[in-house]
Amino acid sequence: MIETPLAVPAGAAKVSLFRRLLTHPTGVVSMVLLVLVALASVLAPLLATHDPNTASVQHVLAKAGSGHILGADSAGRDVLSRLLFAGQFSLAGALLALAVALVLGVTAGLAAGYYGGWFDSASSWLTGLLMALPGMVVLLAARAVVGPSMWLSMMIFGVLLSPAFFRLVYASVTAVRNELYVDAARVSGLSDVRIIGRHILTVVRAPVIIQSAMVLGIAIAIQAGLEFLGLGDRNIPTWGSMLNDGFINIFKSPTLVLWPALVIGLVCIALTLLANAMRDELERSRGPVKKSRKAAAAGAAADAEGAAEKRGVAAVVHADEPNEDAGEILLEVTDLGVGYDQPDGSTTHVVNHVNLTVRRGEVHGLVGESGSGKTQTAFSILRLLPQGGRITGGSIFFEGKDLAQLSEKEMTKVRGKRIAYIPQEPMSNLDSAFTIGSQLMEPMRVCLGISKAEARKRALALLARVGIPNPERTFDAYPHQISGGMAQRVLIAGAVSCEPDLLIADEPTTALDVTVQAEVLNLLRELQDELNMGVILVTHNFGVVADLCDRVTVMQTGRVVETGPVRSIFNHAQHPYTRQLLGAILEDTAPRGHYTLKELNGVTS
Amino acid sequence: MTDALLDIKDVVVEYPSKGFRKEPFKALKGVSLDIRQGETVGLVGESGSGKTTLGRAVLGLAPVTGGSIKYRGQEISKATRARRRDLSHEIQVVFQDPYTSLNPSMTIEQILTEPLTVRKVGRRAANERVAELLDQVRLPPGAAHRLPREFSGGQRQRVAIARALALDPKLIVCDEPVSALDLSTQARVMELFIEIQERIGVAYLFVSHDLAVVRHLSHRVAVMYHGEIVEWGGGEQVTGAPEHPYTQRLFMAAPIPDPDRQAQHRADRLRLLELQREQDVQASVV
Repeated sequence: MIETPLAVPAGAAKVSLFRRLLTHPTGVVSMVLLVLVALASVLAPLLATHDPNTASVQHVLAKAGSGHILGADSAGRDVLSRLLFAGQFSLAGALLALAVALVLGVTAGLAAGYYGGWFDSASSWLTGLLMALPGMVVLLAARAVVGPSMWLSMMIFGVLLSPAFFRLVYASVTAVRNELYVDAARVSGLSDVRIIGRHILTVVRAPVIIQSAMVLGIAIAIQAGLEFLGLGDRNIPTWGSMLNDGFINIFKSPTLVLWPALVIGLVCIALTLLANAMRDELERSRGPVKKSRKAAAAGAAADAEGAAEKRGVAAVVHADEPNEDAGEILLEVTDLGVGYDQPDGSTTHVVNHVNLTVRRGEVHGLVGESGSGKTQTAFSILRLLPQGGRITGGSIFFEGKDLAQLSEKEMTKVRGKRIAYIPQEPMSNLDSAFTIGSQLMEPMRVCLGISKAEARKRALALLARVGIPNPERTFDAYPHQISGGMAQRVLIAGAVSCEPDLLIADEPTTALDVTVQAEVLNLLRELQDELNMGVILVTHNFGVVADLCDRVTVMQTGRVVETGPVRSIFNHAQHPYTRQLLGAILEDTAPRGHYTLKELNGVTS
Repeated sequence: MTDALLDIKDVVVEYPSKGFRKEPFKALKGVSLDIRQGETVGLVGESGSGKTTLGRAVLGLAPVTGGSIKYRGQEISKATRARRRDLSHEIQVVFQDPYTSLNPSMTIEQILTEPLTVRKVGRRAANERVAELLDQVRLPPGAAHRLPREFSGGQRQRVAIARALALDPKLIVCDEPVSALDLSTQARVMELFIEIQERIGVAYLFVSHDLAVVRHLSHRVAVMYHGEIVEWGGGEQVTGAPEHPYTQRLFMAAPIPDPDRQAQHRADRLRLLELQREQDVQASVV
């Protein structure tokens, strides 16, 4: 495949979170509300008609109108003016709590997550302790000690809130700390401060902003609660103390309680909704990233498809070797197409007009590079295409039935029993919650309808057959207790447990070491011989092809370019792509040779 | 040896085990190796053999608890952070996975200028250097303002190579740099490695599990097994006529991409395994 020099269209410029929020209805409404409340509080000295603390006996519980727009409270103070000034104190108090929580939580989270060690353990203990403390009780106790200061109690509340940030930042940092790009930055000689600022802070920034909005809402509510209980500073107006006053006089002047309650409620709701809106936007932005990558690959495939069509290149088909005794045809794939539905309603085709014939007792190699559609072809035979994928055309005949037309229920009968599958990643295909034995027995009991004792006997025999040294121990082991090579043997045992006619192996040895690979290939060859199965072997490794395959089909960008007996492909490849692939093999190239450096007069060891 | 660029002697790397008073896990058990200027030393081994750990030890990313690593005669295994920063001009790295070794939120230009900021290179000079680096790894200049996700695996690995070259290092530790790439892309990236070496005389410590890749690139080859080097010598000798039983097994296990020769190779492998088993039995009897 030619590495096209950046034919990819430039990605959309990164849009800031703020700009994106402007397109989110709830986000806009809550932001506007919060900005209004903040502005009103800041501009209170200009907007207020009265001094918030001047009591007036004449105006005690005055009705709305008559000089006081929203009336006056139990001491004859103007409600609107108090509401405006109270905003200053309530918001400042909540911001103070937030600032304390941020400074403590974020710095501790960064340090603990990045450096680990004793600080990590100590701060984890401390956050555990803080989270176990009942916040309200601590605040009440603190008031008893330090007196009724709103600022102090808000600072203490900030400390109590800091674990929220600590845990958030700690989790993000530990996830990023071991990324290779952080290692690369360290090798580049960047200082820790720079690495944290540049690579780590950017990761935690968004979740911290969201958390801040939530925490601010909590702080406002808690502060109002404290003041409402009458535990606040009587000398400064706050929404909570107004609530307290209104509640006491609720029978004499019911509207008094309404205004502060309304403001507190609206501000808290707006903050929560804003946090939700920000999270929505951030999560939505992750979608298109994935999509654009898939779309880019799909676009490239589509381009190549167009090019191939223009060239009118048909697949090169090699004739069978004359002395070969052809077995019965097991699987006949004709004109297969696989496509993925896109969000805009179109379909991206990843496999086009693929023909494939597999005979009983034959190992058929499906070869190609990433994006060639070889795995998609294999999965469509199993009818296990990933979300959004579907067979768009053609037929898959297996034992007289067209698998492409079977219902999901009928297909379940075929899968596992008649067609088995060996995956690429053995570890991720074993459920870590169950023992190896139970995972082997379950399908056998379903497929073959045998008893538990019989299934156990068969499973142990199979484990011994695939070369596991101590079958009983492995039978009782959990997947994490065995090595990757052993896990692949277990999966092979599982695949052949119901004696299938067709085995589909998707890069079965790619994740294994070469010595283990050699043994697994040997095992596959023996089992294939014993059970006389047809095997589809998806691989990119020509060594594996040469070792195991009878026939080879080479795929490129969703099409078959060449197919034939293995020796014809290796010795008489005709398609330029096949030749290019074979040319890239390093096995036959000469070694690099001796080291010479003229400047050093080449003293060799 | 006087002309060694990097001299590794009896290096031990230990990772603390989980659990109270447990023996630490020894990833390297006394490894010795040297690399000369402009030379490629290949490091082959299977997973868990310690080959990646040795590369990380050279970079200061693994805890060296014994032995010495000397760069131009100076001990660097216990280097301070400040000294490490100076070393960043000398020793650089290319990692295996081109998908995670580039920060997804930074443009190629930002990624390439990052190492330059350590040197306090001015903005204009830095931009010129980025253009030069992109040209060196055969990427078009327009690549500078793109994000890593817009590139294919091979192109990303070129960016990673460009980042390693940014500070003109004398040694690059390459940790499986072509393992995640397609066959033909792999061949082209390897040609790029050789071309750069021939032009600027940089030395490589080339870590890989792929014998063919190592043989193609390396002047000398070390074979690792269970945290030790079991065979060490000229590339042709080690890959052509291996002496250690493990190396023999390793080379016999790699399949040859030719059906008839592979059939022969497979038979040879089984014969070798049989022979080694007999020798083991005899050894245990004696």
